[in-house]
Amino acid sequence: MTKSHIKVTINGKPVEALVEPRTLLIHFLREQQNLTGAHIGCDTGHCGACTVDMDDMSVKSCMTFAIQADGARITTIEGVANPDGTLSALQEGFRMMHGLQCGYCTPGMILRAHRLLQENPNPTEDEIRTGIAGNLCRCTGYVNIVRAIQYAAAKINGTPFQEAAE
Amino acid sequence: MNEQVKIDIDRAERTEKLQGMGCKRKRVEDVRFTQGKGSYVDDLKLPGMLFGDFVRSPHAHARIVSIDTSRAKALPGVVAVLTAADLKPLGLHYMPTLAGDVQAVLADEKVLFQNQEVAFVIAEDRYIASDATELVEVVYEALPCIVDPFKAMLPDAPILREDIKDKMVGAHGPRKHPNHIFEWQIGDKQATDDVFARADVTIKEMLVDHRTHPSPLETCQSVASFDKVKGELTLWGTFQAPHVIRTVVSLISGLPEHKIHVIAPDIGGGFGNKVGAYAGYVCSVVGSIVLGVPVKWVEDRMENLSTTSFARDYHMTTELAATKDGKILGMRVHVLADHGAFDACADPSKWPAGFMNICTGSYDIPVAHLVVDGVYTNKASGGVAYRCSFRVTEAVFAIERAIEVLAQKLGMDAAELRMKNFIRAEQFPYHSALGWEYDSGDYHMAMQKAMDAIGYKALRAEQAEKREAFKRGETRELMGIGISFFTEIVGAGPAKNCDILGIAMFDSAEIRIHPTGSVIARMGTKSQGQGHETTYAQIIATELGIPADDIMIEEGNTDTAPYGLGTYGSRSTPVAGAATAVAARKIKAKAQMIAAHMLEVHEGDLEWDIDRFRVKGLPEKFKTMKEIAWSAYNAPPPNLEPGLEAVNYYEPPNMTYPFGAYFCVMDIDVDTGVAKTRRFYALDDCGTRINPMIIEGQVHGGLTEAFACAMGQEIRYDDMGNVMGASFMDFFLPTAVETPKWETDFTVTPSPHHPIGAKGVGESPHVGGVPCFSNAVNDAYAFLGAGHIQMPHDAWRLWQVGERLGLHG
Repeated sequence: MTKSHIKVTINGKPVEALVEPRTLLIHFLREQQNLTGAHIGCDTGHCGACTVDMDDMSVKSCMTFAIQADGARITTIEGVANPDGTLSALQEGFRMMHGLQCGYCTPGMILRAHRLLQENPNPTEDEIRTGIAGNLCRCTGYVNIVRAIQYAAAKINGTPFQEAAE
Repeated sequence: MNEQVKIDIDRAERTEKLQGMGCKRKRVEDVRFTQGKGSYVDDLKLPGMLFGDFVRSPHAHARIVSIDTSRAKALPGVVAVLTAADLKPLGLHYMPTLAGDVQAVLADEKVLFQNQEVAFVIAEDRYIASDATELVEVVYEALPCIVDPFKAMLPDAPILREDIKDKMVGAHGPRKHPNHIFEWQIGDKQATDDVFARADVTIKEMLVDHRTHPSPLETCQSVASFDKVKGELTLWGTFQAPHVIRTVVSLISGLPEHKIHVIAPDIGGGFGNKVGAYAGYVCSVVGSIVLGVPVKWVEDRMENLSTTSFARDYHMTTELAATKDGKILGMRVHVLADHGAFDACADPSKWPAGFMNICTGSYDIPVAHLVVDGVYTNKASGGVAYRCSFRVTEAVFAIERAIEVLAQKLGMDAAELRMKNFIRAEQFPYHSALGWEYDSGDYHMAMQKAMDAIGYKALRAEQAEKREAFKRGETRELMGIGISFFTEIVGAGPAKNCDILGIAMFDSAEIRIHPTGSVIARMGTKSQGQGHETTYAQIIATELGIPADDIMIEEGNTDTAPYGLGTYGSRSTPVAGAATAVAARKIKAKAQMIAAHMLEVHEGDLEWDIDRFRVKGLPEKFKTMKEIAWSAYNAPPPNLEPGLEAVNYYEPPNMTYPFGAYFCVMDIDVDTGVAKTRRFYALDDCGTRINPMIIEGQVHGGLTEAFACAMGQEIRYDDMGNVMGASFMDFFLPTAVETPKWETDFTVTPSPHHPIGAKGVGESPHVGGVPCFSNAVNDAYAFLGAGHIQMPHDAWRLWQVGERLGLHG
């Protein structure tokens, strides 16, 4: 199959590649760029495990062709940590609040939460729940994911976060 | 500051440093998972690796007239296409199941369920493999199919399993019909029938625990790599039980077990889906052996939902007999179990219906009788324990729904009826009518605590008012109060009654202390998100006085880990957790000898103090475990071998019996059928608590899966055997929006036979949650004369209930 030339900025680094027109962005990232953090969970765009950030929008990379990313800026979970290598507020929040178990939905969930907090730095619980409704988690029951995002929002905003009593 | 305060502070500081049992230690795993550095099967990339994909049957039941693979093979990039004809000479077209049946790897002569594997295409990349599956031409001759299990044993029913049609004795005894798998019964039939004949009150209800699927977010997948020169196979896969998989692969392939290396890397959730052996695993192995290069197989979601396992599909005719004042006298249950096309239930081998005989629940029921008939239908095979011990969700659903039906008939409060019939604390260890020995419990205390916490009396008063208001036409909302009091049976199990393919269901731990006092420990289990790397280290930290951060836990590599039966049925803590404690105690015993030598005292003069052995009465004379570790390698006592390590294979003396009291308050809009969970309160007793943070997380997750099962999740078939809705478009997985908010609570009743008293918790919330939701829905409609309403309770079905009752005007 003929291949097309694309230029993408991934986690701040310019990348050029040849892709088939039908190559999905998720496969391009995972198999051609070795960025295996984003996962495939459903093939139908429902689970959000493949979520990445593309040009300041959350995008399900299993519903996007790589060729559609030509010229785009993409952030994946591999590009989320602080420049000094420490965990970002969201990554730390997920760990501190036990917002993950098997870890399979986590990269997509964190990328989605990242965009949510960019759009709404101080979301209510309901706003968080609605905001992550495109991302499924089978392990946590979401309670601690909500707490993790609240933790991160507080940390980013410099406001106090009260851990819920057990 | 006085001396005692100083000592107390010192001890508290040393204890905290360990991050041992009982503390909310943050998870070790999360550092990699939050950075996208987990390593799951599909992340694996090997030089020359090929991709496999299946050609699947569009029919539920059909004869295969011909298969033409020529066009597929001609597609550039296609390397091979395997069919049953290729596997037959190798004897690999069928594989043994855990339940004593065989299962087709690639369909031989006919297909028995929709999406059954017919051919396996191997190509250079996954896109080409997928293209090529479309080019394999299969001619089918459709046959009449059986979807309804109640029609499976009719005299004129089509015979499904022609391969075993003359075999009238199966793995579990005589078969009554070519579509019959087994009849399993337990209990005293005569005594039970006598009680029912004499009882004041009896109830009988057909309770359906419908077919569903565990659906972890990561599907089933494998990579097989066969080294032709060494004759060795390495198999990476989504395996909840890697050691069992190695044994099964050895039995199937004829490769010696020591030349098979099975590796289960990080697993993206299991919930029972990843216990069994599937055609994809076998085909990737065969592909790699034939071609000499690695072959990867990755299921897509539709394949996952429609082929690799299902859960439930139990049709339970449940009866209770009681006195008129509510003392339960007996229980009688008949189950029609739909096992699909092959009996591939993942149960201990001698238990064709799992532990369904836990169905007497938390109640002191003097006599009971249970019969389970398993039948073949044209549906996917499986019957896995979806977030529960074997058939325990089914059993608990039966008793917890039945007791509510009885309460209604008696005109008694459902909580009061439970209280009246609970096994009393002093009756433990309790021998149930169907053969189990419950280890420990205090059900009355747990129930009372839960009722107080939820404000039970006030809720019933509110409900009574609401019902009156509804009758007066002032509200269109129905209020339901769901209760469930469950007893689980987990931690399989004792060798006397639990084995898989003849291997006793022990589990194992191997702990090795390094000279500098850090530790590596390896287990026979395999985490799929439960946080084993965190919690096992906490057990060792407390037992050996070494900080958990200095302890590395490793699982999933059969070359390095001791043999174990894996993680499912909440068995990791009850079995491997026990092995961990016992292995640690062996090390501690040796450490005591070394410490005595170092301190030049008798062993009996030493006592353990958090992280050290000290001389009794002389607390300033001590040796820490770290110092002892160095000495173990550097200067062990004469006549004692150097080193500090131990292994334990733990065969549990009994199962453990976690329990809990759950309450759900639900409001249902009678006109739309939309049900809203106002509150859900879950009190769990899992014995000793190793990490409260992880326990709470497990409860949240289990409740969410219970909510899904009860309120909408289903694998449904039409009359032609077409699987309806095998994608996340239709299969209900709750998002953060629908999922209720969970309130958790606990009591602690340690298991008397477990070294640290822990019982296991991962599955309790699912087991207890399903009936709790269903009871809430049923309770909402009960005063309108609805009768038993079957699950799942999605809005469409609840709207239909309103319609049937004439509530829509």
